[in-house]
Amino acid sequence: MSSNKKYWKSVEELNENSSIVETLRNNEFSEPIPTDEFLSDKESLSSSSTTRRDFLKYVGFSTAAATLAACEGPVHKSIPYVLQPEQIIPGVADYFATSMFDGFDFANLLVKSREGRPIKIENNTIAGAKFTANARVHASVLSLYDNTRLKVTKVDQKDATWAAADMKIKASLADAKAKGGQVVLLTNTLASPSTEKLIADFIAQNPNAKHVVYDAVSESAALDAFEAVYGERALVDYDFSKANTIVSVGADFLGDWQGGGYDSGYAQGRIPQKGKMSKHYQFEANMTLSGAAADKRVPMKVADQKLALVKIYSIITGSAVSVGKLANEDVVVKAAQQLKAAGAKGLLVSGIQDKNAQLLVLAINQALASEAFSTVGTRQIRKGSDAKVTQLLADINAGSVHTLIMSGVNPVYTLANGKAFAQGLKKVKLSVAFSLKEDETASVTNIAVPAPHYLESWNDLMLTKGTYSIVQPTIRPLFSSKQFQEGLLSWTGNAASYYDYIKANSGAYLNGLTWNKAVHDGVVAGVASAASAGSADFSAAASALAQSKPLANFELVLYTKTGMGDGQQANNPWLQEFPDPITRVSWDNYLTVSKADAEKLGLKNEIVANGGLDGSYATVKVGATSITVPVIVQPGQAVGTIGLALGYGKTAALKEEMQVGVNAYALYNNFDNVQSASVDKADGTHEFACVQSQKTLMGRGDIIKETTLTVFTAKFDEPEVWNPTPMVSLDHKEVAATSVDLWESFDRSVGHHFNLSIDLNACTGCGACVIACHAENNVPVVGKSEVRRSRDMHWLRIDRYYSSEETFEGDNKKKEEFDGLFGEKGSLGGFGQMENPSDNPQVVFQPVMCQHCNHAPCETVCPVAATSHGRQGQNQMAYNRCVGTRYCANNCPYKVRRFNWFLYSKNNEFDFHMNDDLGRMVVNPDVNVRSRGVMEKCSMCIQKTQLTILTAKREGREVAVDEFQTACSSACTTGAMVFGDVNNKESKVAKLAEDKRMYHLLESVGTKPNVFYHVKVRNT
Amino acid sequence: MKKMGNHNSISRKIVFSLALMLTFSFTSFSQETPPAAAADPAAASAAPAAATGGDPVAGKALFNANCAACHNLDKKMTGPALRGVSAKYDKEWIYKWVNNSSALIKSGDAKAIKIFEEFNKSVMTAFPQLSTTDIDNIIAYTDEKKAEPAAAVAALPGKGADADQGGISNDVILGALALVMLMLVVMLFFVNNVLTKVAKSNNIEVPAKQGVSLWQAFAKNQFLVLVASIFLLLSSGYFVYGWMMQVGVDQDYAPIQPIHYSHRIHAGSNGIDCKYCHSAARVSKNAGIPSLNVCMNCHKNIAEVADTTATPEYSKAFYDGEIQKLYDAVGWDKATQKYTGKTKPVKWVRIHNLPDFAYFNHSQHVTVAGIECQKCHGPVQEYEIQKQFAPLTMGWCIKCHRETDVKMEGNAYYTKIHEELSKKYGVDKLTAAQMGGLECGKCHY
Repeated sequence: MSSNKKYWKSVEELNENSSIVETLRNNEFSEPIPTDEFLSDKESLSSSSTTRRDFLKYVGFSTAAATLAACEGPVHKSIPYVLQPEQIIPGVADYFATSMFDGFDFANLLVKSREGRPIKIENNTIAGAKFTANARVHASVLSLYDNTRLKVTKVDQKDATWAAADMKIKASLADAKAKGGQVVLLTNTLASPSTEKLIADFIAQNPNAKHVVYDAVSESAALDAFEAVYGERALVDYDFSKANTIVSVGADFLGDWQGGGYDSGYAQGRIPQKGKMSKHYQFEANMTLSGAAADKRVPMKVADQKLALVKIYSIITGSAVSVGKLANEDVVVKAAQQLKAAGAKGLLVSGIQDKNAQLLVLAINQALASEAFSTVGTRQIRKGSDAKVTQLLADINAGSVHTLIMSGVNPVYTLANGKAFAQGLKKVKLSVAFSLKEDETASVTNIAVPAPHYLESWNDLMLTKGTYSIVQPTIRPLFSSKQFQEGLLSWTGNAASYYDYIKANSGAYLNGLTWNKAVHDGVVAGVASAASAGSADFSAAASALAQSKPLANFELVLYTKTGMGDGQQANNPWLQEFPDPITRVSWDNYLTVSKADAEKLGLKNEIVANGGLDGSYATVKVGATSITVPVIVQPGQAVGTIGLALGYGKTAALKEEMQVGVNAYALYNNFDNVQSASVDKADGTHEFACVQSQKTLMGRGDIIKETTLTVFTAKFDEPEVWNPTPMVSLDHKEVAATSVDLWESFDRSVGHHFNLSIDLNACTGCGACVIACHAENNVPVVGKSEVRRSRDMHWLRIDRYYSSEETFEGDNKKKEEFDGLFGEKGSLGGFGQMENPSDNPQVVFQPVMCQHCNHAPCETVCPVAATSHGRQGQNQMAYNRCVGTRYCANNCPYKVRRFNWFLYSKNNEFDFHMNDDLGRMVVNPDVNVRSRGVMEKCSMCIQKTQLTILTAKREGREVAVDEFQTACSSACTTGAMVFGDVNNKESKVAKLAEDKRMYHLLESVGTKPNVFYHVKVRNT
Repeated sequence: MKKMGNHNSISRKIVFSLALMLTFSFTSFSQETPPAAAADPAAASAAPAAATGGDPVAGKALFNANCAACHNLDKKMTGPALRGVSAKYDKEWIYKWVNNSSALIKSGDAKAIKIFEEFNKSVMTAFPQLSTTDIDNIIAYTDEKKAEPAAAVAALPGKGADADQGGISNDVILGALALVMLMLVVMLFFVNNVLTKVAKSNNIEVPAKQGVSLWQAFAKNQFLVLVASIFLLLSSGYFVYGWMMQVGVDQDYAPIQPIHYSHRIHAGSNGIDCKYCHSAARVSKNAGIPSLNVCMNCHKNIAEVADTTATPEYSKAFYDGEIQKLYDAVGWDKATQKYTGKTKPVKWVRIHNLPDFAYFNHSQHVTVAGIECQKCHGPVQEYEIQKQFAPLTMGWCIKCHRETDVKMEGNAYYTKIHEELSKKYGVDKLTAAQMGGLECGKCHY
């Protein structure tokens, strides 16, 4: 039966009298289509050049053409040299020995160069090369290809030539000479014998000139103290490998304290051998790398540190200095007594920026007759004098400086009163800045000269007295830059090139070597005499220091971050994306606040839904200056202190993405890193890019195994006590996890089999490996917001874990003692508590990269067999085969696989170095640049192992013992990472694999990794 | 890509036979008869310069061995052109000059100094070993008249004809067979006609054919239609797949280069070792396109090709023009024999484009494995225009890695691994695949 329902298409139809309905019933459209009108316009129709048929022809042709064109491969051009340099063979890397010193960082280097492009920094391992590269030095090769560098000379902010600028400077110098005006050369510490000689030449010709040395981050106190005692402005070059008992009072010697570079010496004493390892006490305010490595760390205000130092002094020397009430007196006394007992094997260092404190350091080490303390071969890398810089500022503001020539400094940014300096520059007749970038200073001077990068210039260096290093260019200058020294040569009327000048000047330092040999080696080890034994009134210094009063407010302790240093390389995306080893935050600086203070002030950190970390803002007020910074609640921060990193908040000559953080130099009054500050909560929340939200280890002893030296020595022959093999249940019986396997094992005894050993005792978390891996493997930079989404691409991460109790041991104990769900020992509340790190936690670093499992879970789930296992132990990843299902990443127990969510090269959305032609010059041509939608991970530097094998084959020899290297193992100077062939029983790694401390990460999973770790032993 | 290879050859055969069936190509049978043997080019210039009394044939050998590096008969090179040199200088002077030119210059001889100055003060190597008879022979050679180019032209067709006479081609045989087939068909038709006529004349009724045509029968048979369409689909799929698989495979890619560089002349006729120019192949992942200074090692002295180098396709003038392009690029002034300093790098078109994700190292194959360049690059010494010989597909790489024994003798690297692996696999020779040469990560990273 049919229905009588009436269907309607619009409400309009319900209206019987609607005109529209009537119209629509007859016509399709309610309004007439103006076809006639259009067609009747004969004129426009006939004058139209395109007929309908033409149009269709065009469409057809262009579709066909596009289709055909798509079938054609692109035409590649290949352009050989007209005159090929003898040394360059396309496709073969050359290595050049050089050295670097930028006023902050220094190192003896080998620079890997391909087809004339330096692409990677390696350590110079020749005898005599003392200083190895840290993370920032490894990244400095990318700063060479920085597109925001100053490219041409600017006169009054307009493009000009060097000749014009030179003429102006010469005229101004002549004018100053005639009128008796003051000429000032303001430079960073030079540590270059030739440059210093040139400056002496210049001052001889211009008696009205003076040279002022300015270090952005001052070490003036230590320099003043050393000068007072030994009559030489230098720093002691400590030998930490000779110290058995190390007491550090506020010195982050594994960081940038007095230039840094002490980690390899320190690590030598940290590997327990025959029951012996060094003992390390650390008294500090901020949580630092040194504090993390210490056996006993005591969070302490700087004011208390001063008193502690006096206390230690009085115990060691036996001089009676009355010290007021001291926090943690028992630990201080214990440390002092152990130090005294260690005698010549003891060492005390301090980072307190106070001349009296630094005098006591000298006194204590003299009294100990410490072997690690020597005045032979002192460090020349800091020379700045706070007093002289202050004087210069006064002179400038008084208008008594006629010509100011600056090199390697950026005082407008790095001075606390930078604005005043910029104002003062207007009173200077001529101001000149030699600068890599058109930074805050170079953009307000009369003349800005582009300085060459160290990889583009000649120089000589004397980093420590007696060792002579040579800086040689590895590429032609990219821009029309002029070196400061070339300017000096021009102004002193010297026609020689700076290269000739250095060469002529080098005779005294070459120690019998030829110049060519010295350039080839990069470094000449000489002999230096010790400074004559000196003394000063130490007890007066002690009494003066004992009088120091605590600050009324919060103690703001300014520090330099491992990734950023003094901020010279702020435009380096590798460094910006490098997560801080302690806080694991990248792309930011922040106020570190202790948990107690944070609660008091209402400052919070929380993990939000997308996994990102949010933090409150706080306003920090020092004197009249106040800045608003985001807050990180830092376990281990001394109560009553706050920390803030220098080197951020730059804006001049910086890509927009890099303009992150706040400028803490604004609070760096009187070059004192400790300031009295008030803190208030400010509105809003800050979005951090933090790569690790899991803060504590939660007592999971199978990830990081830790023991104490006492247990380790007592039970050395029973490793199952301190290095237990995890047990699993097989047929309802507990058996060792290593004995159970899902898979049949292949024979791995033939050929090479690569293993990587990581010693948790030697790892200081310095991060050199992370940047070296970035450079070697073309790891992309993804930017702050992507890092926040956990899409960072680091192939190698250094996990940092805090303990929830005072020690990791305490965590384990607490976890074991959980009993039931509720109550005091209930696991329900207990696990929640364990998520919170203790106020003074133990810290451990664990570098994690692809573990190259012999029984890899990722390989079995790949639907397209894009990841497979090599016979040499490497888990291989064929990018071109990957379809991006990400099954492998989900099945990886170590979470080391990184996915390319976007195309990170040649993409304006990711405007980092891979988006400009200059920045792409750093790309390693032997490694693929991965595309979007592809999984990637650590390859165990297969390009390097393959090259080593090929070189041996070509030379018809076996691969030498320990010849195999990865980027991370060769960058690691503490000996924490050792790579090699375990099938070669002579190799270091084969011996390490047999070590009793050896364990695999998450052994219970049964993945049989080719990366193994060594149990951390703490000398508590 | 083994499959793909079959694919192509099968489809090529089908297409060829189709073409043969549809078009009867009446190949011309007439072979050009070779013209009478060309006059010996030497004959034209056979008139020896009797006046000098030397032997020009011996002189030519001496000239090529000792002088040709710096002298040409008709052209200025490092040294002056030598044709008719005896007319300019007396013999005694020439003897002295050849035996020790610098002594002659030192003695203050005006002529000697003039030449020395004219040629950028480059000292000519002394040839004390050349006797006066030798020098006489050389002078006899240099006094010969220039060969007429006509002779060379005359010689050319002879050579061309030689090349064509490659025996009876396959086309001819196939053509003949096709003709026979056609004749058979025609004969069948005639026989049929005759038989029909005979039947008609004998009043025998030939039964008419059934009304249903073949096509209709086919369309009615659903099973046949199904089978046919499946067959059509499968075969078209087969061909589409084959076509898809050749996208990006640029075998026989032979782009036009900015300078017409002939490997035939260099590697073939002159027998220059590949690695003389592509020296980087020994130590680097790249074989390296030689830099222009390598070209100039020889071409400083070779400004034009020999008459015999020219082919019907490319004349001597053409080749000389290409050498001039090199001079323009490198900035060499032929007249003054000096570099001008104005260089213009040559933008060669890259022929072998391995994708970025595949790592290939020449030194591994050339130095370690000792593989001939020709194995992958084809008979380069015969190529007038260089082309991509191999498909450069992964299958092609893998095939070779499976089949090729690794050259291990005399290489200390392999001693241990050879011992262990040969025991493991129970073989004496190991292929690259057995060495792990098929692992993804060996070439993709």
